Amino acid sequence: MAAAGRGRGLGVLVRITRMALRHPWQVGFAFVSAVIAAILQLMIPRLLGSAVDQTQTVLAAGARHQDATAALWATALALLGVSVCRGIFTMLQNYFGEAVGHHVGYQLRLACYDKIQRLSFSYHDTIHSGDLITVGMLDLEGVRMFFSTAVVRALLLSVLIGVGAYMLLSTDVTMGLAALSFVPFVAWRSSVTRLRLRATWLKLQERLSVLSRVMEENLGGIRVVRAFAAHAFELAKFQKASQNALGLAHDRVDIRVTNTSMMTFSFFAAMGLVLWIGGSKVIAGEMTVGGLASFLTFMMILQMPVRQLGLMVNAFARASTCGTRLFELLDKEVTIRDAANAKEIEISDGVLRFENVDFAYSRTVNRPALKNISFEACRGETVGIVGPPGSGKTTIAHLIPRFYDVSGGRITLDGQDLRHVTLVSLRRAVAVVQQDAFLFTTTIENNIAYGDPWAKEARIERASESAQLHNYVLDLPAGYTTVVGERGVTLSGGQRQRLSIARTLMLEPTVMIFDDSTAAIDSATEQRIRAEMRQYFASRVTIIVAHRLSSLMHANQILFVENGEIVERGSHDELLARGGRYKALHDLQLPPGEEISPLVPEAKR
Amino acid sequence: MTEGIEVEHLEVGDDGPRPPRAAVGSHRIQEEMFGRVFDRNVINRIWAFVQPYNSQMVIAVVAVLIFTGSQLVIPLIIRYAIDNGMASGAGDYGVLGWSVMLFCLAILVNYAASYVQEVVVGKAAENVLFDIRRAMFAHLQRVSLGFMDKTEVGRLMSRLQGDVNSMQEFLETSVLSVGDIVLLIGIVVAMLWLDFRLGLLTLSVMPVLLFVRIIWLPRARVAFMAAHEANSVTNGALAEAIHGVRAVQGMDRQHVNFTLYDDKANANLRAHLRAAKFAQVMVPIVDSLTGVAMAVVIVVGGTMVLNADLEVGVMVAFLFYIQRFFDPIRSLTMQYSVMQRAMASGQRLIEVLDVNVDVEDAPNATVLGRDMDGSVELRDVTFGYNPGQPVLRKVDFKVEPGETVALVGPTGSGKSSVMALIHRFYDVQEGQVLVGGHDVRQLTQDSLGQQVAMVLQEPYLFTGTVFENIRYNKATASLEDVIKAAKAVGAHDFIAALDDGYETQLGERGGNLSLGQRQLISFARALVADAKILVLDEATANVDSNTELLIQKALIMLLEGRTGLVIAHRLATIRGADKIVVLQNGEIVETGSHSELMAGGGLYSKLYNLNYASFDDIPDEATIASPEART
Repeated sequence: MAAAGRGRGLGVLVRITRMALRHPWQVGFAFVSAVIAAILQLMIPRLLGSAVDQTQTVLAAGARHQDATAALWATALALLGVSVCRGIFTMLQNYFGEAVGHHVGYQLRLACYDKIQRLSFSYHDTIHSGDLITVGMLDLEGVRMFFSTAVVRALLLSVLIGVGAYMLLSTDVTMGLAALSFVPFVAWRSSVTRLRLRATWLKLQERLSVLSRVMEENLGGIRVVRAFAAHAFELAKFQKASQNALGLAHDRVDIRVTNTSMMTFSFFAAMGLVLWIGGSKVIAGEMTVGGLASFLTFMMILQMPVRQLGLMVNAFARASTCGTRLFELLDKEVTIRDAANAKEIEISDGVLRFENVDFAYSRTVNRPALKNISFEACRGETVGIVGPPGSGKTTIAHLIPRFYDVSGGRITLDGQDLRHVTLVSLRRAVAVVQQDAFLFTTTIENNIAYGDPWAKEARIERASESAQLHNYVLDLPAGYTTVVGERGVTLSGGQRQRLSIARTLMLEPTVMIFDDSTAAIDSATEQRIRAEMRQYFASRVTIIVAHRLSSLMHANQILFVENGEIVERGSHDELLARGGRYKALHDLQLPPGEEISPLVPEAKR
Repeated sequence: MTEGIEVEHLEVGDDGPRPPRAAVGSHRIQEEMFGRVFDRNVINRIWAFVQPYNSQMVIAVVAVLIFTGSQLVIPLIIRYAIDNGMASGAGDYGVLGWSVMLFCLAILVNYAASYVQEVVVGKAAENVLFDIRRAMFAHLQRVSLGFMDKTEVGRLMSRLQGDVNSMQEFLETSVLSVGDIVLLIGIVVAMLWLDFRLGLLTLSVMPVLLFVRIIWLPRARVAFMAAHEANSVTNGALAEAIHGVRAVQGMDRQHVNFTLYDDKANANLRAHLRAAKFAQVMVPIVDSLTGVAMAVVIVVGGTMVLNADLEVGVMVAFLFYIQRFFDPIRSLTMQYSVMQRAMASGQRLIEVLDVNVDVEDAPNATVLGRDMDGSVELRDVTFGYNPGQPVLRKVDFKVEPGETVALVGPTGSGKSSVMALIHRFYDVQEGQVLVGGHDVRQLTQDSLGQQVAMVLQEPYLFTGTVFENIRYNKATASLEDVIKAAKAVGAHDFIAALDDGYETQLGERGGNLSLGQRQLISFARALVADAKILVLDEATANVDSNTELLIQKALIMLLEGRTGLVIAHRLATIRGADKIVVLQNGEIVETGSHSELMAGGGLYSKLYNLNYASFDDIPDEATIASPEART
């Protein structure tokens, strides 16, 4: 993790390389093996050529059969030895190259995970979760592959081409030039095409994602589609997106194939040239058949790596774009973090106080979400917060556990500014039942015990009972071990909220916040939950954000929030007596024409 | 109680960083299963998609054969040039010239064939892929809604994308493997033809490689699959952390989760290193065998050349062939796992294509015209999603043209099923559903859909502009029509206030609008559809009081001059209806106007008197306890 942070500000590729160099032994092995493997590979054409010549020279000399056979044996054994060693060193080169990449990948994974967990809500609000997943999976992969596909390969190629060219040219300049004539062409074509293919690929990705959006929306909204008898319309929409992508896919095939066949052709053309020039030289007696054969095998050996040049260029380009995105995430500053001299929070009386709090989201700095919010609540008290959507209720709830930092004023818990205590201790002291309960794909009991995974069964069941979830769970075939979430049993909105409440009951916070978290629970059940939790509430500050007045009318203090400001405050009776906005909302929520009567939990048996 | 909890908490507190009840990412991103290597049924079904491209396939295979042939011929030309053109004193420029010409011809053919083969195969494979996807998509438009309800969108998407892609890979590689097989056979034949004994001797290393591969493959595949799986597990955990980051931070689980993730990432690292070992161990084996083969050619072939039993060009040709002949074996054994993956994917594709279509137009179905009266009637309808478990029993009521009927009843009483039946999302088991006096089973689904507009509880918007969303599939609607509809439902003001008015692009699912605004847009959409009958599932979600009033007004506007059937949740709506049908456990309990029902003192009046703001708030006990439940 520390390694991932190193080299900040340097070029992306330098930074990745430096991460790789943190494994010096493996990097060393990979490099040394690559050089040895390349040199061994370059020896093969020579040996083959001399074997061919050995069969020829002897014939010319006419005698000494024994010696000739011995020479053949020697060459054959040398060739065998070289082949075996080349195989072993290629293996080492590949393995250590990959190993370095995997180790780098491992560290980057951890760094990514840690960063994502620590980045504050304001970051996650602005970024699409799909993009983050792309960074953490695909971009990370691009960076991981950099060492083996770009660095090691570059070394291998430069040795092969450099030493190979030297050997060919030093043997015979004309022949060498003829044999190498395809190299610059192929190198140029393959790198240009790779980059073009990459650009096309990115564009194709875009069109494919349009296509998948069309499909996804159609399937998700299939009822709307059916209701409007719109399947012909939808098919046309699909067809359009599909054709769009298909056209580009065809272009891609064209680019790729035109290029590869051209490269192969240029290689064979050079081979023809060598055959022509070399053949003439052999006839003229300036060269042996073995010499020609060794030139031809050289070409065979160079063909593959030269073609791979394109892959290498691609790997560089990919690592650079992927790395830029990945490091951007890793370098992102965590805005909500412990102050330099942060202390553990000390809870004494359990008094929560908002003092002239202002707040604006970073996206909309000009439009403050909260203005001058002040209130106070002590242990055992309940504060209700009500108001139209977008008025800032949830924002108030999110400031207390410091999901965001206030822009003005301050929030204190027992006199300690929230910004001066450690986050860990603060989040232990403040618990939020969130609006949209996220369920983890695991058993119900693990979900309930999410905040306290050491909890014993009895305690989990007790929390579940208090949240009125226990009976439902017992009815499930697998009970508390039923897996819920994305791939498990689907829970209704109300059940999710009850589970979310049970989950929060497992914690022992000083401040407990219900962020509109009972909207999908019917009022009678809600009353029962509240009755169960009466004792629990007695020992902490409770804040209830709700639309439904019956959820919060019992609060000691009710704040009516509008446009980020508290416009009315007081108890239920006081606010009704005032005849203001609260009263208007109250009247709207009662059956028209009926007299006002308090909602009593009659159904409780 | 509170104290007790705290004590326990302390007791079981810190017993290491990996608590017993904690896990991260216990699900995987993609379902992976590996099926049989060869499945006749799958092959046949997929083959049907290849049929339209038969001629391309023939061209491709011919091109592959020519391509392979030209590759085989090149070493032979070199051999000819060496033996007849330049070998020991027999120097002949004419032969060399001929050989080079021949060589040029061969490489031109090679160039053309490889181009044709790859382009044709590449494009045909893309076409087949898109065809399969289109067929699946079109089929999903017709399958029963019951299937769609039960199946997650993500699962279907992974079939439409991942599985289709692996079929494409399969198609591309299978043409190439035809080439591989031909090349392999060609090399064997060429070597044996050039010199039978030397050929046989050299080829003896081939079975060794085959044997090694057979031993190696199953173990290696286990290692590869383990690496693949470890990857998807780790990525699953990352995805979970991203989606659930607010819950994680809220409950302060970062530290525990990080430890658990580290375990997973570490296991992933180990699995990949192991897989890399397996992959790389083949390299020295193949290289050594190549070395052995070359050594054999040098010693045996060389001696034969010395004894003048063999021409030197043949020896050179052998050395060329040896460089090539391990490639096809390597790619053919790799083809095995591609096949296996493709079969599993094919199986899943077929599953989707084979989902039953329950509701289809009758052969002589009539078109429901605009001139029909707009009445809706259910005659003794019994219906259930599973046989033997009816959700509606003998439901019988009629909505006269222009009337508004409210359907009322606790959750699970069958209201939504009534709504679905009118639109013929499902077919009844007994009785009849009549729209405009026609049995819905005798009408075309399209014409029925045009006359019955539907507004769902959850407003669903598509990516696109506001205008496109309101117009939806009513292609004839102009901007004026859309604005008129928006004005009628009271959506015009907020739409006009958006940055680009009606041309404003909506985010995913209309994310940049509030719930109430989305609701109003979906009303406008129903209004533009201009159907005679409107079926509406009223939203239960809590919106603020202003929006609430807007929606109520829009609703009245929407129902004007239309036959309306409303699943009502709000008391104001219920009281405004011409008739109320009270459903319970799939049966009609009462019917009548508000005052009639109140006077009757039945379930409705009981529910009403319980004083809940909405009928959905009513706890189950209250309805079950009522005596009507047993009638």
